[in-house]
Amino acid sequence: MNLRAGKYRAGDRVTVKLEDRPGHIRTPWYVRGKSGWIERVYGEFLNPESLAYGRDGLPRRTLYLVAFNHADIWGKSVGAKDKVLVDIYEHWLDPAA
Amino acid sequence: MSEGHDAGQTPQDHGHEHPKHELSHYAKRIYAIRDLLIEKGVITDKDIQCQIEYQEARSPANGANLVARAWVDPAFKARLIDDPKAACAEMGIDATSINEFVVLENTEKVRHMVVCTLCSCYPRPILGRPPDWYKSFNYRQRAVNDPRGVMREFGLVPPDDVEVRIHDSTADIRYLVLPLRPKGTEGLNETALAKLVTRDSMIGVMDPLSAVPPRS
Repeated sequence: MNLRAGKYRAGDRVTVKLEDRPGHIRTPWYVRGKSGWIERVYGEFLNPESLAYGRDGLPRRTLYLVAFNHADIWGKSVGAKDKVLVDIYEHWLDPAA
Repeated sequence: MSEGHDAGQTPQDHGHEHPKHELSHYAKRIYAIRDLLIEKGVITDKDIQCQIEYQEARSPANGANLVARAWVDPAFKARLIDDPKAACAEMGIDATSINEFVVLENTEKVRHMVVCTLCSCYPRPILGRPPDWYKSFNYRQRAVNDPRGVMREFGLVPPDDVEVRIHDSTADIRYLVLPLRPKGTEGLNETALAKLVTRDSMIGVMDPLSAVPPRS
């Protein structure tokens, strides 16, 4: 894993783009528009949105482990510290406002 | 599924077996694709059989062996977390087909649980094929929305002050939960410990068994 890849670093606050488009998308709906933080940088991977259609997956996209407070996504949470962690490619992330 | 369809069937015109019952649209399609691949010489019947055997040979025993070794050998545990694929190779487990493999260590304060809300991503070389419930809409929806509710149905009730971390494996990473070694197992050796490590404890919805089941 190339941990120096990408423009975000662990701890950076990010917001998932609230977008939709046809095709193979790996960003779940329930986190689009939600804000969290970079937990871990996983490095660069071939882009599944391209691979799914038999293309080359290039350019590679940096993949992050993004953490969200469970309550920030669902509005309520039994465990105050509970988190949802999702693997998200960089082009789906914006710096949090 | 193709794995079980040929049991008790009779061979037909082109050398392999077809089921007698009415097939679903998707089953018909996959058999048509299989027949074409064989007819065109892309793969052989033997290739398919070998692949089925390979898929079936992978089982949660691989994961259980990793976990038990990690419980008895702190240096191995450190390597398993630092470089899981290398640790697998050390144990003779082939994890090379996984793009990236990440081990999530449970502690007294943090519990991990794994889901793939998009489909059924699962560390197959380590755990074999995923259980049907792992692929169900019910689990995939509720694991992220109500992880503690799902855990409760499996018999697990983490205290409110424990941090539950639900991992949605939506991309190239495959996750394995490293559960805590059950209390009272200090006298057990590695082989006995591996029998405590259930598949579901490595998905994170249950604890490992606390004693070796009598029939194992």
